Amino acid sequence: MTSAHQNPSPGIESPGHVPDGPLLEVEGLKTHFPVRRGLLQRVVDHVRAVDGVSFDIQRGETLGLVGESGCGKTTVGRTILRLIEATAGSVRYEGDSVFDMGAADMRSIRRKMQIIFQDPAGSLNPRMRVGRIVGEPLEVHGIARGDELRERVEALLERCGLWKQAADRYPHEFSGGQRQRIGIARALALEPKLIVCDEPTSALDVSIQSQILNLLADLQEDYGLSYLFISHDMAVIHHVCDRIAVMLDGKIVEEGGRDEIIEQPSHEYTRALLSAVPEADPRRKKKRLVYEGMRM
Amino acid sequence: MDTARSDNPPRIIRWPGSGLLGQLLLWGMVAACFLSLPWTMGEVAVQGGSRPRYQASNLQLALLPPSWSGLSVPERELISRESSQGAYVPGLVFGTDRLGRDFFARCLMGGTISLAIGFAAALLSVVIGTLYGAISGWKGGRLDAILMRIVDILFGLPYILLVVLLSVAVDGYMQRQGAQLSGAARQTVNVLTLLIAIGAVSWLAMARVIRGQVLSLRERPFIEAARAGGIPVHRQLARHLLPNLMGPVIVYATLAVPAAILSESFLSFLGIGVQEPLPSWGNLASSGLTELNTVKSRWWLLLWPCLLIGVTLLALNFLGDHLKDRFDPVRSNP
Repeated sequence: MTSAHQNPSPGIESPGHVPDGPLLEVEGLKTHFPVRRGLLQRVVDHVRAVDGVSFDIQRGETLGLVGESGCGKTTVGRTILRLIEATAGSVRYEGDSVFDMGAADMRSIRRKMQIIFQDPAGSLNPRMRVGRIVGEPLEVHGIARGDELRERVEALLERCGLWKQAADRYPHEFSGGQRQRIGIARALALEPKLIVCDEPTSALDVSIQSQILNLLADLQEDYGLSYLFISHDMAVIHHVCDRIAVMLDGKIVEEGGRDEIIEQPSHEYTRALLSAVPEADPRRKKKRLVYEGMRM
Repeated sequence: MDTARSDNPPRIIRWPGSGLLGQLLLWGMVAACFLSLPWTMGEVAVQGGSRPRYQASNLQLALLPPSWSGLSVPERELISRESSQGAYVPGLVFGTDRLGRDFFARCLMGGTISLAIGFAAALLSVVIGTLYGAISGWKGGRLDAILMRIVDILFGLPYILLVVLLSVAVDGYMQRQGAQLSGAARQTVNVLTLLIAIGAVSWLAMARVIRGQVLSLRERPFIEAARAGGIPVHRQLARHLLPNLMGPVIVYATLAVPAAILSESFLSFLGIGVQEPLPSWGNLASSGLTELNTVKSRWWLLLWPCLLIGVTLLALNFLGDHLKDRFDPVRSNP
């Protein structure tokens, strides 16, 4: 691939961090949304979407964040990238506190942490050509322009299983799986080290899901990426993750290695989630466990 | 399958050619009014000098009906006598008005002014409305609440009142500034005041529409993706938000033009708008109405301006509805 992928750009690394510490450290993260009412939009209550979440992500590792819809797992991903402002807690990227960064540092951290969205259609600007969508971050960060930009974009598209000419087309001309590939190419453009995958396969056909998961696995191997993989699907999580964190109502109830969580879940809620994974053989009936307060 | 169908809004059966017809009529009208300007504004010789054609009058030939509807014998004799004396004879295609002016030229000139005010006021309201709505929707929160309550309050005020106040204020100011302003400058200021007044009161609906659009676009993942990609705010607005607003903006603009023309005509009809001797479709219709009486109806003085306003508004509404359908993804992809 492009040689730039192998050479991490110099100057971003700030001195003083521990080089072999975890890539990302999240500590006591809280994100509360105010509930506003009335003429003056007074705050009457808070929705505690994320309520004290801590975890680490090592280099080259995939951490799965699993839970039902509404448990706050998507908000965790958004908050880490500062797409939503946190209420409390800290996020450290290579030892540097992300929430304390000024605009300039934030710009460089945006290159290191990217996101892939759940809805491949909605995450692509319908009025931009694919080449512009993928190339815009490169242009804005002053990484490439003109013919070089075009070449980089084409290389990225081909790396993600599309073809060069895709750059001249609009997003609506592609299928769901292809659109997700475009989204991945855009996330990859800035050569990040961490990608937050926010349910990247849940809007896709089962047959396409495995293609996308394999692509993500290949990219991880090639570029040494770390993933925060957010999903509600235990089967997908099992397939891609090294470690798993189980989230319930804004808190992590259980965290551990993949096999540990799958084989010997210690929390009642994890067992209930595992029992919801569909069985391929219809003759093998499983007992479905239900956890109190589950949103079925 | 049937249940999926019923989710779609009912398709309004619309004659498919209405958009094209609307365009043809509209551009025809615009071309006729604006391309004829050299002719309508052209100087013609009248008694004691020369005047632009739309102002040139011959009082002897006042209130003549359109020539093709049949002139009486005395009327014909009058015309030939005037022309043999070398006096100004106005064109008689649309008849002549009370001052013996060519009503066809006046209708074209009036159309130019009405259309120009309509388009300019609509443009003004679109610009103000888009900016206001976009700021309100993008910033959200308390600012949004305050800005939208202001819109609610302005919606409650009768806009006629605002327009009247504005024109009276400008008029008074001009009077105090003295009479050094020439007639032409005074007319220009009058038209500009009217234009600004209409534009400044008709952006409210636009602001609401755009705010709603921005609110929904702002939460779309591609805007979030742009933020995650470190794309600066001004570029997010210019490259990601605005292009996706163009649909509703174009549709609203097309529907705002007829509304502005109607406001102008209405205000001129009431006598607050475009002032004589400058014609507009509104004040032409207004003076035409006073000529409509039971003794002798000068129907041509009312028919032509009303017909022209009607055709133009119809064309713009056809076009607006057509564009609305085209930019509605549900309707354009059945």
